[in-house]
Amino acid sequence: MTQQFYVSPEQLMRDRADFARKGIGRGRSVIVLSCRDGIALVAENPSPSLHKLGEIYDRIAFAAVGKYNEFESLRQAGIRYADVRGYSYDREDVTARGLASVYAQSLGAVFTAESKPFEVELVVAEVGEQPAADHLYRLTFDGSIADEKGFVVMGGAAEAVVEVLRSSFSEDLDFPQAVRAAVHSLRQDGSTGAGPQLGPESLEVAVLDRDPEVARGTHRAFRRIGIPELETMLTSRESPV
Amino acid sequence: MPEEAAATVARAASTSFSDHLGRHHPDLLASRSRVDFPASGAGPALAPHATTIVSLTFGGGVLMAGDRRATMGNVIASRHIEKVFPADMFSVLGIAGTAGIALDLTRLFQVELEHYEKIEGTRMSLDGKANRLAAMVRQNLPMALQGLAVVPLFAGYDTSRHEGRLFSFDVTGGRYEEQEHHSVGSGSAFARGSLKKLWKPNLDEASAVQVAVEALYDAADDDSATGGPDVVRELWPVVYTVNSAGTRRIPDRELETTARNVIASRSIAGREA
Repeated sequence: MTQQFYVSPEQLMRDRADFARKGIGRGRSVIVLSCRDGIALVAENPSPSLHKLGEIYDRIAFAAVGKYNEFESLRQAGIRYADVRGYSYDREDVTARGLASVYAQSLGAVFTAESKPFEVELVVAEVGEQPAADHLYRLTFDGSIADEKGFVVMGGAAEAVVEVLRSSFSEDLDFPQAVRAAVHSLRQDGSTGAGPQLGPESLEVAVLDRDPEVARGTHRAFRRIGIPELETMLTSRESPV
Repeated sequence: MPEEAAATVARAASTSFSDHLGRHHPDLLASRSRVDFPASGAGPALAPHATTIVSLTFGGGVLMAGDRRATMGNVIASRHIEKVFPADMFSVLGIAGTAGIALDLTRLFQVELEHYEKIEGTRMSLDGKANRLAAMVRQNLPMALQGLAVVPLFAGYDTSRHEGRLFSFDVTGGRYEEQEHHSVGSGSAFARGSLKKLWKPNLDEASAVQVAVEALYDAADDDSATGGPDVVRELWPVVYTVNSAGTRRIPDRELETTARNVIASRSIAGREA
Protein backbone atom coordinates (compact mmCIF):
# COMPACT_ATOMS: atom_id res chain seq x y z
CA MET A 1 0.00 0.00 0.00
CA THR A 2 1.38 3.40 -0.93
CA GLN A 3 1.92 5.99 1.78
CA GLN A 4 -0.77 8.74 1.80
CA PHE A 5 0.33 12.16 2.98
CA TYR A 6 -2.15 14.05 5.12
CA VAL A 7 -3.73 17.01 3.34
CA SER A 8 -6.17 19.19 5.26
CA PRO A 9 -9.66 19.49 3.72
CA GLU A 10 -9.19 23.29 3.43
CA GLN A 11 -5.99 22.78 1.46
CA LEU A 12 -7.62 20.13 -0.74
CA MET A 13 -10.56 22.38 -1.65
CA ARG A 14 -8.24 25.35 -2.25
CA ASP A 15 -6.05 23.28 -4.58
CA ARG A 16 -9.06 22.07 -6.53
CA ALA A 17 -10.48 25.59 -6.81
CA ASP A 18 -7.10 26.97 -7.98
CA PHE A 19 -6.84 24.20 -10.53
CA ALA A 20 -10.32 24.94 -11.93
CA ARG A 21 -9.75 28.73 -11.93
CA LYS A 22 -6.51 28.31 -13.86
CA GLY A 23 -8.31 26.29 -16.53
CA ILE A 24 -11.12 28.82 -16.83
CA GLY A 25 -8.69 31.76 -16.79
CA ARG A 26 -7.15 30.58 -20.04
CA GLY A 27 -10.55 30.81 -21.76
CA ARG A 28 -11.72 33.76 -23.83
CA SER A 29 -14.50 35.89 -22.43
CA VAL A 30 -18.22 35.44 -22.90
CA ILE A 31 -20.80 38.16 -22.17
CA VAL A 32 -24.50 37.66 -21.54
CA LEU A 33 -26.57 40.82 -21.23
CA SER A 34 -30.24 41.54 -20.80
CA CYS A 35 -31.62 44.49 -22.77
CA ARG A 36 -34.87 45.92 -24.17
CA ASP A 37 -35.14 43.51 -27.16
CA GLY A 38 -34.26 40.42 -25.11
CA ILE A 39 -31.01 38.78 -24.02
CA ALA A 40 -27.84 39.06 -26.12
CA LEU A 41 -25.06 36.47 -25.83
CA VAL A 42 -21.65 37.45 -27.20
CA ALA A 43 -18.55 35.25 -27.17
CA GLU A 44 -15.09 35.51 -28.61
CA ASN A 45 -14.87 32.28 -30.59
CA PRO A 46 -12.84 31.79 -33.77
CA SER A 47 -14.61 28.50 -34.61
CA PRO A 48 -17.90 28.78 -36.50
CA SER A 49 -19.02 25.28 -35.48
CA LEU A 50 -17.71 24.56 -31.97
CA HIS A 51 -20.22 26.67 -30.12
CA LYS A 52 -19.96 28.25 -26.67
CA LEU A 53 -23.54 29.46 -26.84
CA GLY A 54 -26.50 27.14 -27.27
CA GLU A 55 -30.25 26.79 -27.19
CA ILE A 56 -31.73 24.81 -24.32
CA TYR A 57 -35.47 25.42 -24.58
CA ASP A 58 -38.11 27.87 -25.81
CA ARG A 59 -36.88 30.84 -23.78
CA ILE A 60 -33.67 29.45 -22.27
CA ALA A 61 -30.11 29.68 -23.54
CA PHE A 62 -26.75 28.40 -22.35
CA ALA A 63 -23.32 30.07 -22.43
CA ALA A 64 -20.06 28.61 -21.20
CA VAL A 65 -16.32 29.13 -20.89
CA GLY A 66 -13.68 26.55 -20.07
CA LYS A 67 -13.03 23.06 -21.42
CA TYR A 68 -15.13 22.28 -24.49
CA ASN A 69 -15.74 18.58 -23.76
CA GLU A 70 -16.91 19.35 -20.24
CA PHE A 71 -19.38 22.14 -21.02
CA GLU A 72 -20.59 20.35 -24.16
CA SER A 73 -21.63 17.33 -22.09
CA LEU A 74 -23.37 19.68 -19.64
CA ARG A 75 -25.15 21.45 -22.52
CA GLN A 76 -26.46 18.16 -23.93
CA ALA A 77 -27.54 16.99 -20.49
CA GLY A 78 -29.38 20.30 -20.04
CA ILE A 79 -31.25 19.85 -23.33
CA ARG A 80 -32.25 16.31 -22.29
CA TYR A 81 -33.43 17.59 -18.91
CA ALA A 82 -35.49 20.38 -20.49
CA ASP A 83 -37.01 18.22 -23.25
CA VAL A 84 -37.98 15.38 -20.89
CA ARG A 85 -39.50 17.85 -18.46
CA GLY A 86 -41.38 19.74 -21.16
CA TYR A 87 -42.64 16.47 -22.64
CA SER A 88 -43.84 14.95 -19.38
CA TYR A 89 -45.33 18.14 -17.88
CA ASP A 90 -45.82 21.09 -20.21
CA ARG A 91 -43.60 23.45 -22.18
CA GLU A 92 -44.19 26.31 -19.75
CA ASP A 93 -43.05 24.16 -16.82
CA VAL A 94 -39.43 24.27 -17.98
CA THR A 95 -37.66 27.09 -16.16
CA ALA A 96 -34.09 28.36 -16.00
CA ARG A 97 -34.23 28.19 -12.20
CA GLY A 98 -34.92 24.44 -12.29
CA LEU A 99 -32.17 23.81 -14.79
CA ALA A 100 -29.65 26.02 -12.96
CA SER A 101 -30.30 24.19 -9.73
CA VAL A 102 -29.66 20.73 -11.24
CA TYR A 103 -26.50 22.09 -12.89
CA ALA A 104 -25.40 23.41 -9.49
CA GLN A 105 -25.95 20.00 -7.89
CA SER A 106 -24.02 18.23 -10.62
CA LEU A 107 -21.09 20.69 -10.57
CA GLY A 108 -21.01 20.57 -6.76
CA ALA A 109 -20.97 16.77 -6.69
CA VAL A 110 -18.13 16.60 -9.23
CA PHE A 111 -16.14 19.25 -7.33
CA THR A 112 -16.19 17.33 -4.06
CA ALA A 113 -16.28 13.71 -5.18
CA GLU A 114 -14.45 13.31 -8.48
CA SER A 115 -10.69 13.27 -9.01
CA LYS A 116 -10.82 16.52 -10.97
CA PRO A 117 -13.37 19.35 -10.86
CA PHE A 118 -15.07 20.64 -14.03
CA GLU A 119 -13.03 23.52 -15.48
CA VAL A 120 -16.10 25.42 -16.64
CA GLU A 121 -18.25 28.41 -15.82
CA LEU A 122 -21.82 28.59 -17.13
CA VAL A 123 -24.67 31.01 -17.57
CA VAL A 124 -28.25 29.81 -17.89
CA ALA A 125 -30.33 32.70 -19.26
CA GLU A 126 -34.09 32.93 -19.52
CA VAL A 127 -35.83 35.77 -21.33
CA GLY A 128 -39.01 37.14 -19.73
CA GLU A 129 -41.88 39.34 -20.89
CA GLN A 130 -40.04 42.47 -19.71
CA PRO A 131 -36.36 43.05 -18.85
CA ALA A 132 -37.27 42.89 -15.15
CA ALA A 133 -38.46 39.29 -15.63
CA ASP A 134 -35.19 38.12 -17.25
CA HIS A 135 -33.11 35.60 -15.32
CA LEU A 136 -29.35 35.21 -15.59
CA TYR A 137 -27.93 32.41 -13.43
CA ARG A 138 -24.18 32.14 -13.18
CA LEU A 139 -22.78 28.75 -12.17
CA THR A 140 -19.20 28.17 -11.19
CA PHE A 141 -17.03 25.02 -11.08
CA ASP A 142 -17.77 24.32 -7.39
CA GLY A 143 -21.54 24.37 -7.82
CA SER A 144 -22.15 27.90 -6.50
CA ILE A 145 -25.04 29.64 -8.14
CA ALA A 146 -25.69 33.37 -8.41
CA ASP A 147 -28.75 35.20 -9.71
CA GLU A 148 -27.28 38.14 -11.64
CA LYS A 149 -28.99 41.34 -12.80
CA GLY A 150 -28.22 43.14 -16.05
CA PHE A 151 -25.18 41.36 -17.39
CA VAL A 152 -22.65 38.61 -16.70
CA VAL A 153 -19.06 38.37 -17.92
CA MET A 154 -17.15 35.09 -17.70
CA GLY A 155 -13.64 34.07 -18.70
CA GLY A 156 -10.01 34.99 -18.30
CA ALA A 157 -9.99 38.77 -18.05
CA ALA A 158 -13.54 39.20 -16.77
CA GLU A 159 -12.69 42.11 -14.42
CA ALA A 160 -11.26 44.27 -17.19
CA VAL A 161 -14.25 43.57 -19.41
CA VAL A 162 -16.76 44.29 -16.63
CA GLU A 163 -15.15 47.72 -16.02
CA VAL A 164 -15.65 48.77 -19.65
CA LEU A 165 -19.10 47.24 -20.03
CA ARG A 166 -20.44 48.90 -16.88
CA SER A 167 -19.94 52.35 -18.45
CA SER A 168 -21.89 51.57 -21.63
CA PHE A 169 -24.58 49.19 -20.32
CA SER A 170 -28.19 50.11 -19.74
CA GLU A 171 -31.43 48.11 -19.79
CA ASP A 172 -32.83 50.25 -22.63
CA LEU A 173 -30.35 49.12 -25.29
CA ASP A 174 -31.66 47.40 -28.40
CA PHE A 175 -29.82 44.34 -29.82
CA PRO A 176 -27.35 46.19 -32.13
CA GLN A 177 -26.42 48.60 -29.33
CA ALA A 178 -26.05 45.80 -26.78
CA VAL A 179 -23.90 43.71 -29.14
CA ARG A 180 -21.73 46.77 -29.96
CA ALA A 181 -21.27 47.51 -26.24
CA ALA A 182 -20.34 43.88 -25.59
CA VAL A 183 -17.88 43.68 -28.49
CA HIS A 184 -16.31 47.00 -27.48
CA SER A 185 -15.68 45.70 -23.98
CA LEU A 186 -14.40 42.33 -25.24
CA ARG A 187 -11.74 44.25 -27.18
CA GLN A 188 -10.39 45.44 -23.82
CA ASP A 189 -9.76 41.82 -22.84
CA GLY A 190 -5.98 42.08 -22.98
CA SER A 191 -5.38 38.41 -22.23
CA THR A 192 -6.22 37.09 -25.68
CA GLY A 193 -4.19 39.48 -27.77
CA ALA A 194 -7.07 39.87 -30.23
CA GLY A 195 -7.42 43.51 -29.23
CA PRO A 196 -9.07 45.87 -31.66
CA GLN A 197 -8.96 43.35 -34.54
CA LEU A 198 -11.83 41.38 -33.01
CA GLY A 199 -14.11 41.15 -36.08
CA PRO A 200 -17.29 39.26 -36.97
CA GLU A 201 -15.30 36.12 -38.01
CA SER A 202 -13.93 35.67 -34.50
CA LEU A 203 -17.22 36.34 -32.71
CA GLU A 204 -20.12 34.09 -31.87
CA VAL A 205 -23.34 36.00 -31.24
CA ALA A 206 -26.82 34.74 -30.42
CA VAL A 207 -29.96 36.36 -29.00
CA LEU A 208 -33.10 35.37 -27.13
CA ASP A 209 -35.93 37.41 -28.67
CA ARG A 210 -38.34 38.84 -26.13
CA ASP A 211 -41.37 38.15 -28.34
CA PRO A 212 -40.49 35.41 -30.88
CA GLU A 213 -44.17 34.65 -31.58
CA VAL A 214 -44.72 38.13 -33.00
CA ALA A 215 -41.28 38.58 -34.55
CA ARG A 216 -40.86 35.18 -36.23
CA GLY A 217 -44.03 33.18 -35.56
CA THR A 218 -42.30 30.56 -33.41
CA HIS A 219 -42.15 29.68 -29.72
CA ARG A 220 -38.36 29.34 -29.88
CA ALA A 221 -36.69 32.59 -28.79
CA PHE A 222 -33.09 31.51 -29.51
CA ARG A 223 -31.55 32.77 -32.73
CA ARG A 224 -27.94 32.76 -33.94
CA ILE A 225 -26.72 35.94 -35.58
CA GLY A 226 -24.83 35.09 -38.79
CA ILE A 227 -21.80 37.00 -40.03
CA PRO A 228 -23.69 39.25 -42.53
CA GLU A 229 -26.22 40.33 -39.90
CA LEU A 230 -23.47 40.76 -37.33
CA GLU A 231 -21.54 43.02 -39.70
CA THR A 232 -24.58 45.28 -40.08
CA MET A 233 -25.08 45.31 -36.32
CA LEU A 234 -21.47 46.27 -35.65
CA THR A 235 -21.28 49.00 -38.29
CA SER A 236 -24.74 50.61 -37.92
CA ARG A 237 -24.39 53.93 -36.18
CA GLU A 238 -27.91 54.91 -35.21
CA SER A 239 -28.25 57.51 -32.51
CA PRO A 240 -29.19 55.99 -29.14
CA VAL A 241 -32.93 56.01 -28.48
CA MET B 1 -10.55 1.81 -19.12
CA PRO B 2 -9.67 3.27 -22.58
CA GLU B 3 -12.12 0.78 -24.11
CA GLU B 4 -14.85 2.04 -21.84
CA ALA B 5 -14.06 5.62 -22.84
CA ALA B 6 -14.18 4.66 -26.51
CA ALA B 7 -17.61 3.11 -25.98
CA THR B 8 -18.99 6.59 -25.31
CA VAL B 9 -18.33 7.36 -28.99
CA ALA B 10 -20.60 4.51 -30.05
CA ARG B 11 -23.26 5.56 -27.58
CA ALA B 12 -23.25 9.09 -28.99
CA ALA B 13 -24.43 7.76 -32.38
CA SER B 14 -28.04 8.19 -31.33
CA THR B 15 -29.18 11.62 -30.24
CA SER B 16 -32.76 10.44 -30.36
CA PHE B 17 -35.12 11.82 -27.74
CA SER B 18 -37.40 8.78 -27.91
CA ASP B 19 -34.43 6.42 -27.38
CA HIS B 20 -33.45 8.51 -24.37
CA LEU B 21 -36.99 8.27 -22.99
CA GLY B 22 -37.05 4.52 -23.66
CA ARG B 23 -33.85 4.04 -21.66
CA HIS B 24 -34.46 6.41 -18.77
CA HIS B 25 -38.21 7.12 -18.61
CA PRO B 26 -39.94 4.15 -20.32
CA ASP B 27 -43.22 4.94 -18.55
CA LEU B 28 -43.52 8.14 -20.63
CA LEU B 29 -43.68 6.22 -23.91
CA ALA B 30 -47.22 5.28 -24.97
CA SER B 31 -45.88 2.46 -27.15
CA ARG B 32 -44.46 0.71 -24.08
CA SER B 33 -47.86 0.33 -22.44
CA ARG B 34 -48.56 -3.39 -22.23
CA VAL B 35 -52.01 -4.45 -23.36
CA ASP B 36 -52.33 -8.10 -22.39
CA PHE B 37 -55.67 -9.07 -23.76
CA PRO B 38 -56.38 -10.97 -26.96
CA ALA B 39 -57.17 -9.01 -30.08
CA SER B 40 -60.84 -8.12 -29.75
CA GLY B 41 -61.25 -5.73 -32.64
CA ALA B 42 -63.09 -3.44 -30.21
CA GLY B 43 -60.43 -0.75 -30.64
CA PRO B 44 -62.43 1.56 -32.91
CA ALA B 45 -65.36 1.68 -30.45
CA LEU B 46 -63.11 2.16 -27.40
CA ALA B 47 -61.32 5.36 -28.22
CA PRO B 48 -61.81 8.22 -30.69
CA HIS B 49 -60.55 7.63 -34.21
CA ALA B 50 -59.18 10.32 -36.43
CA THR B 51 -60.15 10.03 -40.06
CA THR B 52 -59.17 11.50 -43.43
CA ILE B 53 -55.93 13.30 -44.30
CA VAL B 54 -54.99 14.41 -47.83
CA SER B 55 -51.64 15.65 -49.04
CA LEU B 56 -50.47 16.92 -52.43
CA THR B 57 -47.46 18.59 -53.95
CA PHE B 58 -47.64 21.92 -55.74
CA GLY B 59 -45.14 24.18 -57.47
CA GLY B 60 -42.37 24.82 -54.89
CA GLY B 61 -43.87 22.94 -51.97
CA VAL B 62 -46.30 20.49 -50.49
CA LEU B 63 -49.68 20.80 -48.75
CA MET B 64 -51.48 18.73 -46.15
CA ALA B 65 -55.09 19.00 -45.04
CA GLY B 66 -57.34 17.16 -42.62
CA ASP B 67 -61.05 17.21 -41.77
CA ARG B 68 -62.19 18.01 -38.23
CA ARG B 69 -64.03 14.85 -37.23
CA ALA B 70 -63.15 12.06 -34.77
CA THR B 71 -65.46 9.07 -34.37
CA MET B 72 -66.01 6.34 -31.77
CA GLY B 73 -67.91 3.56 -33.46
CA ASN B 74 -71.01 5.23 -34.88
CA VAL B 75 -70.74 8.27 -32.58
CA ILE B 76 -69.06 11.55 -33.54
CA ALA B 77 -66.51 11.96 -30.75
CA SER B 78 -65.30 15.40 -31.80
CA ARG B 79 -66.14 18.02 -34.42
CA HIS B 80 -63.18 20.23 -33.52
CA ILE B 81 -60.21 17.87 -33.51
CA GLU B 82 -57.11 18.98 -35.43
CA LYS B 83 -55.15 16.22 -37.13
CA VAL B 84 -52.48 18.08 -39.11
CA PHE B 85 -49.53 19.56 -37.24
CA PRO B 86 -46.25 21.25 -38.09
CA ALA B 87 -43.47 18.79 -37.14
CA ASP B 88 -40.75 21.43 -37.42
CA MET B 89 -39.99 24.43 -39.62
CA PHE B 90 -39.94 22.43 -42.90
CA SER B 91 -42.27 19.50 -42.37
CA VAL B 92 -45.84 18.66 -41.42
CA LEU B 93 -47.51 15.55 -40.09
CA GLY B 94 -51.08 14.32 -40.42
CA ILE B 95 -52.53 11.46 -38.42
CA ALA B 96 -55.23 8.87 -38.96
CA GLY B 97 -56.15 6.11 -36.52
CA THR B 98 -56.52 5.99 -32.74
CA ALA B 99 -56.50 9.66 -31.77
CA GLY B 100 -54.96 9.38 -28.30
CA ILE B 101 -51.94 7.39 -29.46
CA ALA B 102 -51.62 9.47 -32.61
CA LEU B 103 -51.59 12.80 -30.74
CA ASP B 104 -48.95 11.40 -28.39
CA LEU B 105 -46.88 10.21 -31.35
CA THR B 106 -47.12 13.68 -32.88
CA ARG B 107 -45.94 15.39 -29.71
CA LEU B 108 -43.07 12.92 -29.34
CA PHE B 109 -42.06 13.39 -32.98
CA GLN B 110 -42.06 17.18 -32.65
CA VAL B 111 -39.78 16.99 -29.60
CA GLU B 112 -37.64 14.38 -31.37
CA LEU B 113 -36.88 16.77 -34.25
CA GLU B 114 -36.30 19.81 -32.04
CA HIS B 115 -34.10 17.76 -29.71
CA TYR B 116 -31.89 16.59 -32.59
CA GLU B 117 -31.66 20.12 -33.93
CA LYS B 118 -30.56 21.53 -30.58
CA ILE B 119 -28.04 18.80 -29.77
CA GLU B 120 -26.50 18.58 -33.24
CA GLY B 121 -26.80 22.26 -34.11
CA THR B 122 -28.25 21.34 -37.51
CA ARG B 123 -31.61 20.14 -38.90
CA MET B 124 -32.25 16.48 -39.65
CA SER B 125 -32.54 15.65 -43.36
CA LEU B 126 -36.06 15.04 -44.69
CA ASP B 127 -35.29 11.34 -45.28
CA GLY B 128 -33.90 11.14 -41.75
CA LYS B 129 -37.13 12.56 -40.35
CA ALA B 130 -39.23 10.08 -42.36
CA ASN B 131 -37.07 7.18 -41.11
CA ARG B 132 -37.40 8.29 -37.49
CA LEU B 133 -41.18 8.52 -37.87
CA ALA B 134 -41.25 5.02 -39.42
CA ALA B 135 -39.33 3.65 -36.41
CA MET B 136 -41.77 5.32 -34.02
CA VAL B 137 -44.78 3.88 -35.88
CA ARG B 138 -43.18 0.41 -35.76
CA GLN B 139 -42.85 0.64 -31.96
CA ASN B 140 -46.63 0.88 -31.84
CA LEU B 141 -47.07 -2.43 -33.69
CA PRO B 142 -48.29 -4.43 -30.63
CA MET B 143 -51.04 -1.85 -30.05
CA ALA B 144 -51.87 -1.84 -33.76
CA LEU B 145 -52.46 -5.59 -33.59
CA GLN B 146 -54.97 -4.93 -30.79
CA GLY B 147 -56.88 -2.67 -33.13
CA LEU B 148 -55.35 0.60 -31.95
CA ALA B 149 -53.41 1.49 -35.09
CA VAL B 150 -51.87 4.84 -36.01
CA VAL B 151 -51.06 5.65 -39.62
CA PRO B 152 -49.39 9.01 -40.21
CA LEU B 153 -48.80 10.90 -43.42
CA PHE B 154 -45.64 12.98 -43.52
CA ALA B 155 -44.76 15.81 -45.91
CA GLY B 156 -41.93 18.27 -46.01
CA TYR B 157 -39.80 20.59 -48.07
CA ASP B 158 -36.45 19.03 -48.98
CA THR B 159 -33.99 21.90 -48.55
CA SER B 160 -31.28 20.14 -50.55
CA ARG B 161 -33.46 19.00 -53.49
CA HIS B 162 -35.62 22.16 -53.36
CA GLU B 163 -38.94 20.36 -53.71
CA GLY B 164 -41.87 19.18 -51.63
CA ARG B 165 -41.99 15.43 -50.89
CA LEU B 166 -44.48 13.20 -49.12
CA PHE B 167 -44.29 9.85 -47.35
CA SER B 168 -46.86 7.31 -46.21
CA PHE B 169 -46.36 4.57 -43.62
CA ASP B 170 -47.86 1.27 -42.59
CA VAL B 171 -48.23 -0.13 -39.05
CA THR B 172 -45.11 -2.31 -39.43
CA GLY B 173 -42.94 0.75 -39.96
CA GLY B 174 -42.85 0.53 -43.75
CA ARG B 175 -42.04 3.89 -45.31
CA TYR B 176 -43.17 4.70 -48.83
CA GLU B 177 -42.41 7.85 -50.73
CA GLU B 178 -45.53 8.95 -52.64
CA GLN B 179 -45.63 10.89 -55.90
CA GLU B 180 -47.92 13.84 -56.61
CA HIS B 181 -50.56 13.18 -53.93
CA HIS B 182 -51.74 10.72 -51.33
CA SER B 183 -54.35 10.31 -48.63
CA VAL B 184 -54.90 8.15 -45.54
CA GLY B 185 -57.79 7.34 -43.22
CA SER B 186 -61.31 6.00 -43.61
CA GLY B 187 -62.31 8.41 -46.38
CA SER B 188 -59.02 8.10 -48.25
CA ALA B 189 -60.35 5.99 -51.13
CA PHE B 190 -62.88 8.70 -52.04
CA ALA B 191 -60.39 11.52 -51.49
CA ARG B 192 -57.85 9.78 -53.71
CA GLY B 193 -60.35 9.46 -56.55
CA SER B 194 -61.04 13.15 -56.27
CA LEU B 195 -57.32 14.04 -56.15
CA LYS B 196 -56.63 11.96 -59.26
CA LYS B 197 -59.06 14.09 -61.25
CA LEU B 198 -58.23 17.48 -59.76
CA TRP B 199 -54.45 17.41 -59.25
CA LYS B 200 -52.26 18.92 -61.99
CA PRO B 201 -48.51 19.50 -62.12
CA ASN B 202 -47.28 22.88 -60.84
CA LEU B 203 -50.46 24.04 -59.16
CA ASP B 204 -50.10 27.34 -57.33
CA GLU B 205 -50.70 27.44 -53.58
CA ALA B 206 -54.27 28.80 -53.78
CA SER B 207 -55.36 26.16 -56.31
CA ALA B 208 -53.69 23.45 -54.21
CA VAL B 209 -55.78 24.56 -51.20
CA GLN B 210 -58.89 24.43 -53.40
CA VAL B 211 -58.05 20.89 -54.58
CA ALA B 212 -57.49 19.72 -50.98
CA VAL B 213 -60.79 21.17 -49.76
CA GLU B 214 -62.66 19.55 -52.69
CA ALA B 215 -61.01 16.18 -52.01
CA LEU B 216 -62.04 16.35 -48.33
CA TYR B 217 -65.55 17.36 -49.40
CA ASP B 218 -65.77 14.30 -51.64
CA ALA B 219 -64.47 12.07 -48.82
CA ALA B 220 -67.07 13.49 -46.41
CA ASP B 221 -69.76 12.99 -49.03
CA ASP B 222 -69.28 9.21 -49.07
CA ASP B 223 -67.57 8.37 -45.76
CA SER B 224 -69.64 8.87 -42.59
CA ALA B 225 -66.48 9.16 -40.44
CA THR B 226 -65.18 12.19 -42.34
CA GLY B 227 -66.59 15.63 -41.57
CA GLY B 228 -67.34 18.11 -44.33
CA PRO B 229 -67.05 21.90 -44.00
CA ASP B 230 -69.41 22.86 -41.15
CA VAL B 231 -71.10 26.14 -42.13
CA VAL B 232 -73.33 26.16 -39.02
CA ARG B 233 -70.45 26.07 -36.54
CA GLU B 234 -68.05 27.70 -39.02
CA LEU B 235 -65.51 24.87 -38.82
CA TRP B 236 -63.17 24.48 -41.79
CA PRO B 237 -60.49 21.88 -42.53
CA VAL B 238 -56.99 22.38 -41.12
CA VAL B 239 -54.57 23.10 -43.98
CA TYR B 240 -50.80 23.56 -43.80
CA THR B 241 -48.42 24.34 -46.65
CA VAL B 242 -44.63 23.90 -46.62
CA ASN B 243 -42.29 25.65 -49.02
CA SER B 244 -38.78 27.09 -48.95
CA ALA B 245 -39.97 29.74 -46.45
CA GLY B 246 -41.20 27.12 -43.97
CA THR B 247 -44.58 25.84 -42.80
CA ARG B 248 -47.67 28.06 -42.89
CA ARG B 249 -51.16 27.40 -41.61
CA ILE B 250 -53.78 28.66 -44.06
CA PRO B 251 -55.94 31.13 -42.11
CA ASP B 252 -59.58 30.17 -41.46
CA ARG B 253 -60.75 33.24 -43.38
CA GLU B 254 -59.26 31.92 -46.65
CA LEU B 255 -60.53 28.40 -45.97
CA GLU B 256 -64.03 29.71 -45.33
CA THR B 257 -64.05 31.42 -48.75
CA THR B 258 -62.71 28.30 -50.46
CA ALA B 259 -65.13 25.95 -48.69
CA ARG B 260 -68.17 28.19 -49.37
CA ASN B 261 -67.14 28.41 -53.05
CA VAL B 262 -66.93 24.61 -53.29
CA ILE B 263 -70.39 24.23 -51.70
CA ALA B 264 -71.87 26.97 -53.91
CA SER B 265 -70.45 25.58 -57.15
CA ARG B 266 -71.83 22.13 -56.35
CA SER B 267 -75.26 23.52 -55.46
CA ILE B 268 -75.35 25.45 -58.74
CA ALA B 269 -74.38 22.34 -60.70
CA GLY B 270 -77.38 20.67 -59.08
CA ARG B 271 -76.23 17.15 -59.87
CA GLU B 272 -75.84 13.94 -57.86
CA ALA B 273 -72.17 14.14 -56.60
